[in-house]
This record gives sequence, structure tokens and C-alpha cells, in this order.
Amino acid sequence: MPRTLSAPVTVAFDYTRSTGPVIGRFLTGLRDGVVVAGRTSDGEVVVPPLEYDPVTHEATTGFVEVSPVGTVTSWTWVPEPVKGQPFDRPFAFALVTLDGATRPFFHAVDVASPDEISTGMRVQVRWAPERVGAITDIACFEPIGDEADARPAGGGLLEDHLVTRVVTPVSLDYLYAASPEESAFYRGLNEGRILGQRCPTCQKVYVPPRSACPADGTPTAEEVEVSQTGTITTFCIVNVPFLGQKIVPPYVSAYVLLDGADIAVLHLILGVPADEVRMGMRVKAVWKPREEWTYSLENIDHFEPTGDPDADYDTYRHHL
Amino acid sequence: MGKLPAAVVGVGQTHHRAKREDLSMAGLCREAMDRALADANLTLDDIDAIVVGKAPDLFEGVMMPELYLAEALGAVGKPLLRVHTAGSVGGSTAIVASSLVSSGVHKRVLTVAYEKQSESNAMWALSVPLPFNMPVHAGAGGYFAPHVRSYIRRSGAPTHVGAIVAAKDRQNALKNPYAHLHNKDTTVESVLASQMLWDPIRYDETCPSSDGACALVIVDEDTAKASPNPAWIHGTVMRSEATSAAERDQVNPQASRDAAAYLWKQAGITSPIDEIDMAEIYVPFSWFEPMWLESLGFAEEGSGWKLSESGATAMTGEIPVNCSGGVLSSNPIGASGMLRFGEAALQVRGAAGEHQIDGARKALGHAYGGGSQFFAMWVVGADKPTS
Repeated sequence: MPRTLSAPVTVAFDYTRSTGPVIGRFLTGLRDGVVVAGRTSDGEVVVPPLEYDPVTHEATTGFVEVSPVGTVTSWTWVPEPVKGQPFDRPFAFALVTLDGATRPFFHAVDVASPDEISTGMRVQVRWAPERVGAITDIACFEPIGDEADARPAGGGLLEDHLVTRVVTPVSLDYLYAASPEESAFYRGLNEGRILGQRCPTCQKVYVPPRSACPADGTPTAEEVEVSQTGTITTFCIVNVPFLGQKIVPPYVSAYVLLDGADIAVLHLILGVPADEVRMGMRVKAVWKPREEWTYSLENIDHFEPTGDPDADYDTYRHHL
Repeated sequence: MGKLPAAVVGVGQTHHRAKREDLSMAGLCREAMDRALADANLTLDDIDAIVVGKAPDLFEGVMMPELYLAEALGAVGKPLLRVHTAGSVGGSTAIVASSLVSSGVHKRVLTVAYEKQSESNAMWALSVPLPFNMPVHAGAGGYFAPHVRSYIRRSGAPTHVGAIVAAKDRQNALKNPYAHLHNKDTTVESVLASQMLWDPIRYDETCPSSDGACALVIVDEDTAKASPNPAWIHGTVMRSEATSAAERDQVNPQASRDAAAYLWKQAGITSPIDEIDMAEIYVPFSWFEPMWLESLGFAEEGSGWKLSESGATAMTGEIPVNCSGGVLSSNPIGASGMLRFGEAALQVRGAAGEHQIDGARKALGHAYGGGSQFFAMWVVGADKPTS
């Protein structure tokens, strides 16, 4: 078994981008089958247009339609495409200077091997079958052998229906790795035990163990098993639903100071109406059925009241 | 050589709204920057360096947005720094900018901070479940609510004090044309009647989710001579502490107390409540007003709520707090700290408009972030500091 535990985690959201007027105009062009460039004060014609002039710093207002045909000025080969790239087969990324523009534009070129692309090669836009006002409206560039094969530019912009927003899905896959000390903690949970570590300098017991004391920086090694009974120091009743929430509100999220520990753990309180949960209430861990255990704090389903008298304020006031 | 004098001569901010769908992130920054530059009577060509700040990249899903923003921020050919200290970032960004001037490295620095919360969902971004852990987290409100409960228990404050603060800040916001919320009917009673979201925090006791930006122009003594009303920087401080440590005081964090003590010492202030004319304090949840009043030394520990309850923090009170409406009325997270710093500067410049405190000469700007672990503060004054 590896020393540390790890598990995949995906962070994903469909971001809603406000394009602003300049990028909005460029995306409107793509939707309508034309490539819109911006003029800068020093005479450059740039695709996509810059939102602000690099010299005068003024917002870009001069737009010009450029040709969907251009020349490769530089390129690189992508032998092993990854998820989200324009092709699932090898392809080229290239800088293409479109006719009428002075600065190159970055996009994919659909060629089967690096032998089929070169600097100076003439290429043209291959439009996506369905265009929505996004950079992917240009499916890619493709080589043109004969200038007569170039497709003419599209019909112009629908001025009264400009693109102002794009949805940008972002999805990041991580491998979440627990530290060796946390891994020991999660393994303990898989055996029905709650483990911490004591700091040799300040003698505080940390649950979960941190590998070093956050207060004085001393490495921690001494393992300590703490009680499964503790005291609610403070808590919140969550009434608000939100995206990605795992527990249906309302629920009580509480700091539980386990007997033998010097720092509280955040957990769920059940077995008592939310409005009867109190600071100082004594609670005990309620475990899930053993066959459901894994390496997780979720092995403890929740904490519930022991029925004992509340703890004295003085026993937990330094944890508020 | 000690610090050189530095002053704020330009303050700009956006009209903060739930969604500024008319502007890109660059456009949002520029709306604030262009106003700050116009206020300073300078142009981007006069600026030596740009310092930009914003909160976590997950809020907009743009990694290192300063790369894409360089051109729009006028940073081509100039130093561009990006600062990040969670919710306090607006404050620490302004402090980094001011230090470039007070150290003599640059003469004219423009700093801007922003957030475009409408591009995603901060609650989601702050509550991504991690493997092996208990998924009980519930955004910033869920994080801070237990500590608010701790404050109420420790201080014995009556439970309606949070509503008094919320109603006051929402009324103040009516005097601020840039504020996101303009809810003229908000009263203590309406706040108390609003839904309990993260018990003990009610809906109306929380900040909104805003798109917005703030920008400041900070200059050296020579450049400040051209300004009719510079806000001189009398002291700046940043402090941090561990997120979780045994017995860490999350109601009155050590880093906050240490920061305040050092700030007052720099500014030559011995009694903040007597010597500070108004304060812009980072209050995203209403109870943080009394909590920070204590931590900052405006009140004894356990009695900050008495200032809030008595009306001392209202515009007509002894120590007006958040005359702009504060974070409770506009919360473009990354910019919120800079808005506190900028609003403090506006007050001592006599330029706060309808929410001006007459004769304000010395003001506090304050921000905090993370799990109450990052602090940034400054004192600005109408007079040039004597030392």
C-alpha cells in the first residue's frame, strides 16, 4: 500500500464571460462568417482586435473585415492531442496572417503530417457547420493549393444582434494527495479510530494531524488516539442551498472538540432538532455501517447528543 | 532613509452591480482606472508602474489574468505586479503600490483591483468538496457564521446588533451612487425579518455578490503638489496568520491586533476613537463591525457592539463606519478592500460627495481575507505626516 492516499477530484464550471464591445464584435463576426480585425493607432491590423490600443490606451473603435485566407507565418506540430483541442488526431497549431491583417492569428491547421505544412503556405478558414459566436466557429484552417479554391468571405455582421456573452466550460482534473500524516488519519478512520498527533513543543494535540505544528512549526510524530465523544464549541445552521452542495439543508455544521484533542473538527450534527443544538452540547460520533467504511471522515456519518449535561463554558471558551 | 511621503491623488470606481454584462474584465478595470486618472489629472502615459489585485482565479476561471490584462491596464513597457491575499487583496494591493512610492522606486503608481463575480459563483468556488473530507463547508457565510456565534457568546451582545449594522450600511449606500445595493426600505425590522441563511447570519446581514473594480493613483510628494487635495498615507500594515491552529482566536485574531497596534504606532495615534474621524472597515457580514471595532482598538474587548448599537458608527456618530455603504452594499471581492482604502482617501480629500463626513482629516481603510488570516490596513490624512 502506498504511504499516502490520493483520489481524483474534478473542478468544473461553465463560466459566463461578458465579452465587452470589442471581443463581442469579433465573435459576432465569426457567428456571421466574417473575420473582424481592429486597427491600432500605429497602423497595425490585429486579429482578434485588441480591447485597448497599446500606444494610446484608448478603447478600440476602428474595425475592419479581413480575408478568411492567409499565410502561415509559423507553426508547431501536435503529435498527441489532448482533450479539448480542435482535433483528436495529430494536427498543427499555426500563426496565420490573414490577407488584410498585419499581425498573425493563432489557430489549428488540419494537415495529416508535419510534411504537409510549411511557413509561407496559403490557408483558409474552414467554418464550423454551426456558428454560435465563439472562437470554435472557426473549425480550423485548411491548405489551399490554388488561390481559385479560396472561398469568398461571408455576408457581413448583423449589427442589431451583437454577441455579448460566451459560455466557457472549464474542467480541471486533479489527483488530490493527502499528506502521510493525513493518510494515517484516514486509515485510522477505516479502522474506526480517530487519530491525532501531539506537538512535542506546545503539547497540543492536532486532529487531523498536520505533520508540523501550525503554531510553532515543530515536526509532529507522536500519534494519539482521541475520544469519539466531544463538545460542540460553536456552529452554524446552514439553511442556504448552493451549487455543488452534498447535504440537503437545513443542517448543522459544528466544530466538535473531541476529548483529548486541542483543535475542533468540523462535522454534521443530527439526532436533535437544529434549533436545539447548543454551544457546549456533548456529542458522540455515529459511524456508518462498517461495510460502508472507506478512507474518509465521512465514515463518521454525523455526531449526535450523548444526553450528558453540557460542558462548562470554561472547558471550551479558548476554542471560540 | 525612512519612508518617503506618498499620497492618493486619484480614486476611481465602477458602478457596482450584480452583473456588468456590458463590460469585459479589462473594461471593468478600465472604467475604474479612467476615473482615477481623470481625478488625478494624469494619463496612463504619466504612470510608472501598475499593480493589480484580485481574489482567487477560480472566481472567473482565468489563470493569471494579469497576462491577458497587461495591455488594457496600460502596462506595456512598464512593471506590472499582481497581488493576491484572498478577500484582503484590495487592501494589500494598494499597500504594495504605496510602498513602490514610499520606497522611492517609482513616483506615480496606478493600482487597480477587481472581481467579476457574475462569471461564476463564489459560493461554489469556495466550497469545492475535497476527497476524504466531510462536505459540510458552505461558502464564506458558512465559514464565518460559527465565529459570529462565538462573538455573540463571548461579548453577550444582544442578537439584534447585526441588524442595526446592516440597516445602517444599506441606508448609507443610498448616498453612494456607485453602490450595488440601493434598498431604501431596509430597516432594522426588515433585516430581522429576512431569512436566516447561515444561522446566526440573516440574508440581509450578508454582502451581495458584485461585479466591480476600484483604482487608485498613488504619487510622490513632488507630484502631489499639483493636487488640490491629496490624501497622505500616514501608515500601512499587512499581517498574516495560520488558518487553523489550536486555540486560534478567530473572533479577534492575533494578526489583526498586531496589525492595528503597528498601524496606530506608525500614524502616531494613541486613541483611535478620538483621533480617527471615520473608518471604512471590511464588514462582509454585519457582525464583523463590532468584532473589528474591538480588534482595532476603537472599543474594549466585548464592547464593540455597544458602539454599533448606540449609533456611534452611523454617519452622525462618534466614529462613522462605512459611510459608503461598505462591503454589505457592494462586494466585488477583489476590489472590496481597495474600495475601503479608496473611500477613506475620498473622505480626507473632502471628495466623498453625499456620504462625506464634514471635516474628516484622518481616516482608516481596512480589509481582511481568507479565514480571518490576512489583514491589510492604512491610515490616510488630509495633512502631510510630520515624521
